[in-house]
Amino acid sequence: MELLSGADMLIRSLQDEGVEYIYGYPGGAALHIYDALFRQDKVKHILVRHEQAAVHMADGYARASGIPGTVLVTSGPGATNTITGIATAFMDSIPMVILCGQVASTLIGEDAFQETDMIGVSRPVVKHNMSVRHPSEIPEVIRKAYYIAATGRPGPVVVDIPKDMTTPNERYEYAFPKKVKLRSYNPAIRGHAGQIRKSVEMLMAAKRPIIYAGGGVVLGKASKQLTELAHMLGYPVTNTLMGIGGFPASDKQSLGWLGMHGTYESNMAMHHSDLVLAVGARFDDRVTNATEKFCPGARIVHIDIDPASISKTIEADVPIVGPVDAVLKEMISLVKESKEKPDPEALKAWWKQLDEWRAFHGMRYETSDTYIKPQEVIEAIWRITKGDAYVTSDVGQHQMFAAQYYKFDKPNRWINSGGLGTMGFGLPAAMGVKLNYPDSDVVCVTGEGSIQMNIQELSTCKQYDLPVKIVNLNNQALGMVKQWQDMNYESRHSQSYMGSLPDFIKLAEAYGHVGIRIDKKEDLEPKLKEAFAMKDKLVFLDIYVDPSEHVYPMQVARGSMKDMWLSKTERV
Amino acid sequence: MRRIISVLLENEPGALSRVVGLFSQRNYNIETLTVAPTEDDTLSRLTVTTTGSDRVIEQITKQLNKLIEVVKLVDLTEGSHIERELMLIKLKASGSQRAEIKRTVDIFRGQIVDVTSTIYTVQLTGDSDKLDAFIQAVGSTGVLEVVRSGVSGIARGEKVLSL
Repeated sequence: MELLSGADMLIRSLQDEGVEYIYGYPGGAALHIYDALFRQDKVKHILVRHEQAAVHMADGYARASGIPGTVLVTSGPGATNTITGIATAFMDSIPMVILCGQVASTLIGEDAFQETDMIGVSRPVVKHNMSVRHPSEIPEVIRKAYYIAATGRPGPVVVDIPKDMTTPNERYEYAFPKKVKLRSYNPAIRGHAGQIRKSVEMLMAAKRPIIYAGGGVVLGKASKQLTELAHMLGYPVTNTLMGIGGFPASDKQSLGWLGMHGTYESNMAMHHSDLVLAVGARFDDRVTNATEKFCPGARIVHIDIDPASISKTIEADVPIVGPVDAVLKEMISLVKESKEKPDPEALKAWWKQLDEWRAFHGMRYETSDTYIKPQEVIEAIWRITKGDAYVTSDVGQHQMFAAQYYKFDKPNRWINSGGLGTMGFGLPAAMGVKLNYPDSDVVCVTGEGSIQMNIQELSTCKQYDLPVKIVNLNNQALGMVKQWQDMNYESRHSQSYMGSLPDFIKLAEAYGHVGIRIDKKEDLEPKLKEAFAMKDKLVFLDIYVDPSEHVYPMQVARGSMKDMWLSKTERV
Repeated sequence: MRRIISVLLENEPGALSRVVGLFSQRNYNIETLTVAPTEDDTLSRLTVTTTGSDRVIEQITKQLNKLIEVVKLVDLTEGSHIERELMLIKLKASGSQRAEIKRTVDIFRGQIVDVTSTIYTVQLTGDSDKLDAFIQAVGSTGVLEVVRSGVSGIARGEKVLSL
């Protein structure tokens, strides 16, 4: 048996776990680990400029690949700087392992230099966290951490490693456990057969059905099954913001996404449906609007891997706890066997209605002769990248425009902080994707507010040669805040204007990248093309868009799903 | 409605704070909480009494079950069960009060476990209502100190909460 120090065991465990990249930042309590990293070349380390960005990089990678990302930071400020990133991953159920240095176990509790109770600080925003109590435990703790992060409803797992657990001259036998067994953790591997049968009967009997598919479809790798089931039944599908790409946006059965800024047809269809099949979605408040007015005539079938997501905000008539891919597969075979078929007359009438709603609004927006419209920018990017790019976003109006006007046909391509709404997420997330998918187009759609929350990462992009494309929809204001102030606070723009914007072109150039400013409508398409043709350059596109534009549709606060603003003047 | 939730928890550092954290984080209410190791020293038994609508209680049990260190749990109030709480109460007892307090303690089947010339310390077990009733019976003026253990509970009959 091989004898290794705790630090070497940690790195070896990462190798045995198959980790290729870790994202991090060194510091005192993590130095034994960084030394062990230096003495091998299988696990590669990406040095960010701020720990929050390390977590978002790992997150972007995890969202694109479905494989847990890995972060390594030191104790104290290194660890606390990761919290926003961890909370972001937690809200969107992203698998991730965060390794944090800690002061030596003999110093814990003594307010030592750079000591923070990371187990306590991270507790509310992790799936689980663990402290290493003896160096020999390290392989098992690491194996467990990845297992918990990736299985069931995925999520971030923090491992706190006191410095004396990694001391170089204390060596122990190394063996990487093949299997993990946790008596208190057994995620469901299939749904309840009786409930599935019952739900298929309800599906067949429905007159105005709708499939409401969430992020669970993407995370659970079930978009194939979802598409197959939807096609067999001929039923409409709406995706949540997190579920975008789980069903192809260009499919004629797709109604687009739903909720606060979802399509008119999706929200109308949900409200008037008689059966909602919820697949890996959690009836978030940005979807349901007022819960007491939600889908008044619908029965609800809810499939989710997490029992706590079921009947949390909306009572399910048929709850099914299980992995969405396995449950959908069983539903598909039951539909195939079933003698009952969906009522063709009812379905025809339903589609007639759906098509009318579709035609009524159709995601129209007003164009302008003077201003570039943000929607136009997204549509142009979609054309130029042939709808096949990985698109990350920050948070605000630009995020909604990107989700509305880029038609995603594949899962794992739309990468945004849906649950926590973290500004500063977009650029590092894009970097994590680009590093792992160097041949794909990776676009970060952002705004001049969000991009400045992690702009220091332009430096990391230079160091590791990460030629992402940054599309800055510059409206010279915190657009979404301003929109709410326009709508609810009589246009009192309290603190939503950002004066003294930097010259983003010079800034990009200062970091060694290319900057392009676009402020004329006729320049939009050619300059975008020019930027995307520079495959090996990071290009920062600073695009001046209509500063008064609002995102529509927008649900009316405390209304039902069908209560929406369709423009500044039209309310339905 | 008041519920008694009994939990088998991995006997590990930090496990208890996870349970307590969950309650404050999700705005659930804890009325009493007791925790101690079981006959299996890898497991602790935790009993929490809480109130909430059926929906809230369902969420509490589901969210507790999601904690990695929670091995098993049961809502004891769903079936017939035994509930006990221990109280130590220090009472002013001088002159004619002494006989009166002694009588009340006997009625409640408590014990006087410590005596001075002016003070009785009484030990009483029972369900929470009984302990409340005793405090009311002796009147608040004479009460110097109250220590209650919080509720422990177990199901009646053959039902067992174990691995």
